[in-house]
Amino acid sequence: MGRGDDKGEESGGGDGPGSADVQKSPRANVRNVTILRGPGPARRELNAGTPPPVQSHMSTQHTRPFGQRAAGALLSLALTLPAGAAPTATAPAAEDVKIVHALNRLGFGPRPGDVEAVRRLGLSRWIDQQLHPERIDDHALDARLLSLRTLQLDSSALLARYDLPREAKREIQKKRAEMEAQTPPGMEGDDETRKAAYRRELMQKYRGQLDGPPRQVVAELQEAKLLRAIYSERQLDEVLVDFWMNHFNVFAGKGPVKFMVGQYERDAIRPHAWGRFEDLLKASARSPAMLFYLDNWLSADPDAQAARGQGRFGRRRARFGAAGPQRPEEGRQKGRKRGLNENYAREIMELHTLGVDGGYTQKDVTEVARCFTGWTIKGLGQDHPEFTFDERLHDRGDKVVLGHVIKGGGQGEGDAVIHLLATAPATARFVSYKLARRFVADEPPRELVDRAAETFRRTQGDIREVVKAIVTAPEFYAPATLSAKVKTPFEFVASAARAASAEVSDAGELSRRLATMGMPLYMQQPPTGYKDTAEAWVSTSGLLARLNLALDLAAGRVNGVSINATALGEAGLSPDGVARRLLPTGLSEATRKTLQSEAAGAPSVKLAGLILGSPEFQRR
Amino acid sequence: MTSRRFFLKSSGLALVSFGMVPRVFARAAAAAQGAARKKTLVVAFQRGACDGLNTVIPYGESAYRSLRPTIAVPAPRGGGRDAALDLDGFFGLHPALEPLLPLWQQKSLAVVHAVGSPDATRSHFDAQDYMESGTPGVKSTDDGWMNRCLRTPDPAATPFRGVSMTPTLPRALAGGAPAVAMASLQQFGLRGGGDTVAARSFEDMYGAAVKDVVHGTGQETFEAIDFLKKADPMRYRPAAGVEYRGRYGDALKQVAQLIKADVGVELVFTEIGGWDHHAAEGGVQGQLANRLRELGDALGAFGRDLGDRMQDVVLVTMTEFGRTARENGNRGTDHGHASVSFVLGGGVRGGAVRGRWPGLAPGQLYEGRDLALTTDFRDLLGEVLVRHLGVRDLARVFPGYAAVPSRFPGVLPA
Repeated sequence: MGRGDDKGEESGGGDGPGSADVQKSPRANVRNVTILRGPGPARRELNAGTPPPVQSHMSTQHTRPFGQRAAGALLSLALTLPAGAAPTATAPAAEDVKIVHALNRLGFGPRPGDVEAVRRLGLSRWIDQQLHPERIDDHALDARLLSLRTLQLDSSALLARYDLPREAKREIQKKRAEMEAQTPPGMEGDDETRKAAYRRELMQKYRGQLDGPPRQVVAELQEAKLLRAIYSERQLDEVLVDFWMNHFNVFAGKGPVKFMVGQYERDAIRPHAWGRFEDLLKASARSPAMLFYLDNWLSADPDAQAARGQGRFGRRRARFGAAGPQRPEEGRQKGRKRGLNENYAREIMELHTLGVDGGYTQKDVTEVARCFTGWTIKGLGQDHPEFTFDERLHDRGDKVVLGHVIKGGGQGEGDAVIHLLATAPATARFVSYKLARRFVADEPPRELVDRAAETFRRTQGDIREVVKAIVTAPEFYAPATLSAKVKTPFEFVASAARAASAEVSDAGELSRRLATMGMPLYMQQPPTGYKDTAEAWVSTSGLLARLNLALDLAAGRVNGVSINATALGEAGLSPDGVARRLLPTGLSEATRKTLQSEAAGAPSVKLAGLILGSPEFQRR
Repeated sequence: MTSRRFFLKSSGLALVSFGMVPRVFARAAAAAQGAARKKTLVVAFQRGACDGLNTVIPYGESAYRSLRPTIAVPAPRGGGRDAALDLDGFFGLHPALEPLLPLWQQKSLAVVHAVGSPDATRSHFDAQDYMESGTPGVKSTDDGWMNRCLRTPDPAATPFRGVSMTPTLPRALAGGAPAVAMASLQQFGLRGGGDTVAARSFEDMYGAAVKDVVHGTGQETFEAIDFLKKADPMRYRPAAGVEYRGRYGDALKQVAQLIKADVGVELVFTEIGGWDHHAAEGGVQGQLANRLRELGDALGAFGRDLGDRMQDVVLVTMTEFGRTARENGNRGTDHGHASVSFVLGGGVRGGAVRGRWPGLAPGQLYEGRDLALTTDFRDLLGEVLVRHLGVRDLARVFPGYAAVPSRFPGVLPA
């Protein structure tokens, strides 16, 4: 698609020494081999025996001065190039095309040298490693995350140290009510500015009591996510966790969710990302973040005792906005009843398991909601949020869900619903479809989805097996699949940083730019999460944002991100040479012609910006 | 899924058939037509399912208060801000929408109640999809109704005929005809201080004759940037005394700038989110009031800013569905069915609540729980398209639906 008329994948340079299938073509020559190979002194030798972790060489990449590597590259270039010859643009080897494709789909794109390293290890061995991330050492990434202090803390600690103290919130509420009472009609504008000024004043006052402002918590999560995508050796793990966080989306902007989403990702999603789907579903269902986000913590049997807004229970709910400021007449109403909240019940079926066409009805939504009454959060008011089943909220009657009778029996009913949903055939299909859409194509081939669904059913929802079935399927490397997907803004940013060997000391600016591209991390409000298809992301404004980021990134204009110019290419390196660093499979004929006519002689940094903004680089 | 747009530089005729003509043609055509003022439709999509019953309150309906013991907005009491603002003796406006009252009194604001989509889905995702594709119940529709409007050729079409003030292009504007999405006027361009090499290179790369969504979008982008530079809409300040507030206010401010700059906007999409009030919706105060305040401020400012130009503009609010008539016990409401739309414009038959009010008695509720539908959103939009934008073939805009004048709610003169 976006590669114009490359001369096919069969011709092209041979593989490195030791490879069994060196392909010879009329134009194969030593020059091409050298260009495709990694730089000299830091070349990654992998032992012939048991496959050692690939990362042991890749992570040192970041600490070794790049000048050395560039020198090495020049050296090998000089040794092998016939005098006066310039490298020609030839098509990459078939194996390299597959490797780049795998790096783009199972990860966030190749870094310089990745293709060579995977080629030496062997593509299927690399994929197998990625399917078992626990075997991959990631200490270099861990080191990068150390400075983000809030990542180490659980929800309790975050609430205790980064959330405005209770007195502050009470003060805000009181002041807000005062302001609203005093403001004459039509003067609300001044009111807003006064409120903002007051908030600032308040922050100053309570600053000393906090370890940092509340917004630091989400900011660090966003930065960590970017750093992981860019630097983790467990690339497929990061892709899969990103997939599940999107599938089981929560919105950090809703109340205390911002203080609970880190733990959600760490304890509910990550540990179950590769295991049984039912376990993942259950962990998500029980997490305070999800319970709050989709309101299930409020859901109650209207007839149940504690549903009435009395006592401590009612007051706690009141504080988190469930009741809102009460007007005098309302407070006098006795026995005001809380009720059933269907939000989670609907979304667990529509978005998490069966899919919107999965065959459930409105009645099922209500029945599922009844089952989940009582699944709530305790300790939120005391900064110790955790799941609890509150019998007093629970609807004890019998229910019928998707034709199954669920006898009244407390917490077990919710577990029964989870089991029912996790094992439904529609779930196997829906989850497999979504995975295939992420890994293969916006409209994945029907047979592939069917096979993956069959694997899901056969293994009782073993996610690793399903992912493996998808990424080792013949359709995975089909010509229609190559470069078929358009990168989301997140994938674009991460792949650009990787391709350019960027050094990210502070991911804050990158994360802000992602927000302006329409993809603020952890801040997707609707439970559907971010869209996974091209149409959603390719728009005039989205494209402009990418072009601008590409230019800014290469020119070192993005705060906290530095590009080593020599990493991109030594002086005089042709557009093709620079392109091969950033886009190992090369540019399309059209782009190559453009660069030669418009940007001939431009410094590598400039070329890099143009290549990162090229149509080819928008695809994966 | 069809490849979204092709850009056939070779044949001017081919371009005309896609409604996209090189600038030189456009200028010539516009000159020939004389300065015929462009008519514009602005859509304000309230994402999240706005509760119509607490937005335009049927206080004259006896069931209203018993359905909502804690979140009902009280019937008007002498113009106080702690109750509904009377509209016509039966309906009242939520007090947070006070900036709309003058527009109502000047008769440039109409209300259509019990309007929405006939499809029974209560899924945000599906319902928004159906409303934007313009084909409720049908999932296979590739494009949006606004894009289909753009497919009728217009010799004076500019790159800004279809615009969305959003970082990504909404479903409603997706399709074969070009449309521009912009997060903001300010950011719409290549930065980097006059880097002409970059601009030319990118323009060239994306101009390659490759028929895919990435290249097509690239071409639209550069056409649009160029056009915008010449038109310079940012030089237009809001009218004296008009202040836009909030993110949505900012979006409408820029729409006003585009209109004043005569860049040829015909169909504009804007959105305002945060209406999904399952909890803490509240009555006079609460989450809904906060959102309505932002909406009302923005719409009021927009109307005052454009002044006389509002004669050429109609703004319609819409939301994917309404909410349950009964409150849910968390001082909120769950997903419902019909909701309410506002229609603003100089030529609007304002000062009245149009459509047929179905009532809130138990037997009158949809599925016993929601406000029933009496006006299909396609009838409302159809009326605006026909009577304001002069669209002739509604069947192409809303395939599978016969929008007939007899069902138009009557927001515009025939």
